Amino acid sequence: MANDVWVYIEHKDGGISPMSFELLGIGKQLADGFGSNVCAFVIGDKVDDLAKEAFAYGASKVFAVEGDVFKGFRGEAYAKAASFLMEKYKPEAALFRGTSQGVDVSAAAAANLGFGLCTDSIGLAIDGGKLKMTRAAFGGNYSVSVVNEKAIPQIATVRPKAFAMPVKDASQNGEVIKESFSLAEADLNTKVLEFIQSEVAVNLIEADIIVSGGRGVGEDGFKVLNDFAKMLGGALGASRAAVDSGWIPYEHQVGQTGKTVKPKIYIACGISGAIQHLAGMRTSDCIVAINKDPDAPIFKNASFGIVGDFKEVVPKLIEKFKTKLNK
Amino acid sequence: MKIAVCLKQVPDTEAEIKWDISKGALSREGMDSITNPFDEFALEEAILTKENYDGEIVAITMGPDKAADVLRNALALTVDTVYQLTDPAFAGSDTFATASVLAAAIKKIGDIDVVFCGKQSTDGSTGVIGAELAAILGYSQLTYVSKIRQIDAAAKKIIVERSIEGGNEVIEAKLPAVVSVIKGINEPRLPNLMGIRKAGKVEIPKWNAGDLGVDVGKVGAAGSSTKVVEIAVPPPRGAGEILKGEVDDIVNTLTDKLIDLKVIK
Ligand SMILES: Cc1cc2nc3c(=O)[nH]c(=O)nc-3n(C[C@H](O)[C@H](O)[C@H](O)COP(=O)(O)OP(=O)(O)OC[C@H]3O[C@@H](n4cnc5c(N)ncnc54)[C@H](O)[C@@H]3O)c2cc1C
Ligand SMILES: Nc1ncnc2c1ncn2[C@@H]1O[C@H](COP(=O)(O)O)[C@@H](O)[C@H]1O
Repeated sequence: MANDVWVYIEHKDGGISPMSFELLGIGKQLADGFGSNVCAFVIGDKVDDLAKEAFAYGASKVFAVEGDVFKGFRGEAYAKAASFLMEKYKPEAALFRGTSQGVDVSAAAAANLGFGLCTDSIGLAIDGGKLKMTRAAFGGNYSVSVVNEKAIPQIATVRPKAFAMPVKDASQNGEVIKESFSLAEADLNTKVLEFIQSEVAVNLIEADIIVSGGRGVGEDGFKVLNDFAKMLGGALGASRAAVDSGWIPYEHQVGQTGKTVKPKIYIACGISGAIQHLAGMRTSDCIVAINKDPDAPIFKNASFGIVGDFKEVVPKLIEKFKTKLNK
Repeated sequence: MKIAVCLKQVPDTEAEIKWDISKGALSREGMDSITNPFDEFALEEAILTKENYDGEIVAITMGPDKAADVLRNALALTVDTVYQLTDPAFAGSDTFATASVLAAAIKKIGDIDVVFCGKQSTDGSTGVIGAELAAILGYSQLTYVSKIRQIDAAAKKIIVERSIEGGNEVIEAKLPAVVSVIKGINEPRLPNLMGIRKAGKVEIPKWNAGDLGVDVGKVGAAGSSTKVVEIAVPPPRGAGEILKGEVDDIVNTLTDKLIDLKVIK
């Protein structure tokens, strides 16, 4: 029988987002395939609440490292704790979300253990008793599957929203295994001085709905798109052309040199659909394109296309949604 | 201050990608190549650091013969020294093997205060080499850096801002550090004609596995534990439906269809 499948639970200063538990769903599926269990592992200062939630989302055990030095996230410290846990328990596979935190911990932890990892997986399966991790390459024109033959565990970061959120069942319980592992503050290289919250919350990778604008919408157009995004409860994205024009900050850029997103609905306005833009949003569940050029490549990737001027279409969409949704 | 910068050569995204399916690797022959876009920001940040704090820059790349081009581009700016890490044994390296080779070169160069890399490469786009390098070398791990606030080489200290979900984190770290930078940290400058001409004549020094003291069994395809088992062309998304008719009707249809998805509340 194979060892358990582990899922890293990220958190920020004790704050828990339900999305942190996203991978317990696919983790459980893989564990079933291996004939083992899905477990969560957390690193932090006080983690009991996190542990409780992890059981509700399907974890059978929670492995935890606690301590003062883990009070605020620090890549190097968390990675040392993570590699300690993984070395001790040798899970079959360990999954991390592809967030800044997930990538920082997993990459450094894998390096501590002496091997590589697969990042930004969008497919996970078992092949010949090993975890097969599939990811997009070259702007999504290819998909590449890798197996990490010698590594224990096989480590993957997973594109946020690539797998369905597990159903919560608050009645579930399990065992919390607390490991003592300490680091001296003096041995650590980094210290967080402060966190400057961004004025506009741009959490594109967690958004279910993204309204995105390109060169075709112009600076003023972004105001309309912002209203549209707000009304839908979504986030505002942009093409590089719009960012480079100075209409919107880089944090909003989607694409090869921006963010990779996978919302349930992606509405592209005045975006031509260059390969580098598609690279960042092609796996969205539903893509809507609004463009006045019927030959724009974006239409080849859109679930629904509207050939027209966004200046006419978007205000009408906003009105219609407001009526139908009683807003 | 001694600054190192890691530059990678990647295929131009517009170029036709050729795979060597049997080896599970890119066939880089005859493909248009460019410096990884994120590495241009890393290089510019190295140059700005040199200008602001004094020091020297060493640029390194790991790659086959023609990867020397990225070093030549760097030399056309104000990079002082370059090394190309090249050996048939390096071919097919996964991220850990690549980071190990880069780390060996950084150790060999010696006395480095800051190593700059890009956030990710546009071909492999793993985005992990920076963190791996920091872990292997035991240097401070500073990823997603959007601003360098201050470097104090004498006190061995650096303060940076990291652009992460929800905002910017300000971190103070010990030197040496590996700093991987995101787009927007600066505006990369272009080399002038004279710089390009001068760089064209320079012999690019090369280091192989022996020079670096790297165990060939631990790098390249043979030494990498991550193996590509399948390369596929994903089925095209397929064009969906172009909604036709009067704008009002289209808008009516689309809003219905989107509301049906039960995502919009
Ligand atoms: C190395 C590299 C990395 C890159 N990385 C990225 C990246 O991360 N993200 C990214 O987006 N791009 C990236 N690009 C740039 C990419 O190649 C395109 O140039 C860019 O995506 C184009 O942006 P756009 O679609 O907004 O502009 P355009 O291509 O100029 O398209 C504008 C569109 O708007 C339409 N339009 C105009 N007016 C209206 C109107 N009133 N109503 C409706 N439609 C209208 C036009 O028909 C046109 O199709 C990268 C390029 C390179 C070389
Ligand atoms: N072969 C290489 N030679 C030099 N630098 C590299 C190489 N591969 C990756 N890097 C550096 O590591 C960064 C991240 O790359 P990656 O993890 O491959 O996405 C790049 O932006 C480069 O700065």
